Amino acid sequence: MKYLPVIGLEVHVELKTKSKMFCGCSTQYFGKAPNSQTCAVCLGMPGGLPVPNKKAIEWCILIGIALNGKIALHSKFDRKNYFYPDLAKGYQISQYDMPFAKNGYLILQNGKKIRIRRVHMEEDTGKLMHEKINGESVSLIDFNRSGVPLVEIVTEPDFENAEEVKEYLQALQQIVRYLEVSDANMERGEMRLEPNISLTVKKGVLPPYKVEVKNINSFKFVEKAINFEIKRQEILLSDGITPPQETRGWNETKNETILQRVKEEANDYRYFPEPDIPPIQLTNEIIEKLTKFIPELPNIKAKRFKSSYDLSSYDIEILTRDKNTADFFDKAVLDGKSFSVTPKQIANYIINKKPDIEKSVPSEIIKTILSSSKSNTIDEQKLTSVIEKVLQENKNAINDYKNGKTNVIMYLLGQVLRLYDEKIDPKLVKENLEKYLNNN
Amino acid sequence: MKFNVSHIAKLANLHIDKNELELLSSQLTKTLTYINILKDINTENTPNTDQVTGLKNVVRDDIVTSSFTQEEALLNAKDSYKGFFKVKGILENE
Repeated sequence: MKYLPVIGLEVHVELKTKSKMFCGCSTQYFGKAPNSQTCAVCLGMPGGLPVPNKKAIEWCILIGIALNGKIALHSKFDRKNYFYPDLAKGYQISQYDMPFAKNGYLILQNGKKIRIRRVHMEEDTGKLMHEKINGESVSLIDFNRSGVPLVEIVTEPDFENAEEVKEYLQALQQIVRYLEVSDANMERGEMRLEPNISLTVKKGVLPPYKVEVKNINSFKFVEKAINFEIKRQEILLSDGITPPQETRGWNETKNETILQRVKEEANDYRYFPEPDIPPIQLTNEIIEKLTKFIPELPNIKAKRFKSSYDLSSYDIEILTRDKNTADFFDKAVLDGKSFSVTPKQIANYIINKKPDIEKSVPSEIIKTILSSSKSNTIDEQKLTSVIEKVLQENKNAINDYKNGKTNVIMYLLGQVLRLYDEKIDPKLVKENLEKYLNNN
Repeated sequence: MKFNVSHIAKLANLHIDKNELELLSSQLTKTLTYINILKDINTENTPNTDQVTGLKNVVRDDIVTSSFTQEEALLNAKDSYKGFFKVKGILENE
């Protein structure tokens, strides 16, 4: 029997606000002493009252708009209850039935539409370390990360293979970076991936189970994990076994997924409205105002680079990979116009010479391109005098040429190139020689 | 109405002795049957009351304020180790 993969994705993106989601503690937890950036709110102490970070909400909405989502005019936060010491409160503040954005989509290169079910706001958890101290198994908790704004982006199960997933993830990472709301650095855990994978026998029919692979921190591993799961489930299914609904983790050293814990049903979290946070109400005016903050996104930029600059897809892919490079290129093209430096020349320079765009100025790049291509701009007077001199010394060659032995021009060309003491485009010299010979 | 009391106990992080299960199950059934009276009330036009203050959009600007020191953060902890909160090992096959 042939099986078709059905894959959905949950992606968590940490926002780069200065302060946490519901309190004023710093979000810069990386490399800080444990539990040095906490307060009554993010430690879940009695009486601590959460107050949402306005910027984080706006940025979550920006992601929703950029992913073509419908923004909710009425929204609220909910408590997701569970007992696990990565959050001190006994629940995570998240959004359940009224996320900030719903029903978005992202279109892949092949034209396929990946539907995005929801984009919602929540808080990150503390970090756990499982260790043995004096022979005793303990878990050590650092709450510095607890309460850092986290946006969760959930797709419908629209992916059919690992390549589509990878392309979507790269596009998503590029979008949040363009929006400048997250660095989405995978190694630092600023972007975490959870694919859910199952196999169906008939397209459009959802299987009665799904396997979730948690917290993968690289595009390469997500690809490997998906391909591993497809094979593993294929074997089970061909033996007549329905793979159990479960959560697995990716093991880098074994190159396989391993069972974590049996998935809890959603209603086990006993979601209920967060009573400490009044609802969030938006107006169409606010949404319009936020929409204006959205820069030209990668796919639109790529289209413009194609239509305005006629660059190859390869060039465009590299130039639009990050917003700074794309902006730098745009400015350089503008600066280059008055010096007749073409977009293609600039693209070549940026792609091949890889100038440090953080430290360079577009107009300087133009100067560099001009000086390196100077030998190709011809001093007409000098060329004419060299041609005249060569012809003076080769009167026979002129006659040969006029008598139809046009091959002699190659000899004359060689002489001119030798006498002209700078590098010069032979094609241009040949054109000039022909003009001269035909007019005299 | 029948309850999986051990499941509910697990979700509530409560330890229940086996011999208590039957008793609690019947008690919970009684309680919920009583609460079910509420279902007879027509609430079609009644708004949710998860919020009673009438407030909306209570937010703060993205400004960093001072935090506890590590010492303060750990002051009420049952146990700590090198600046971390320390709890009994959590079973996880990682």
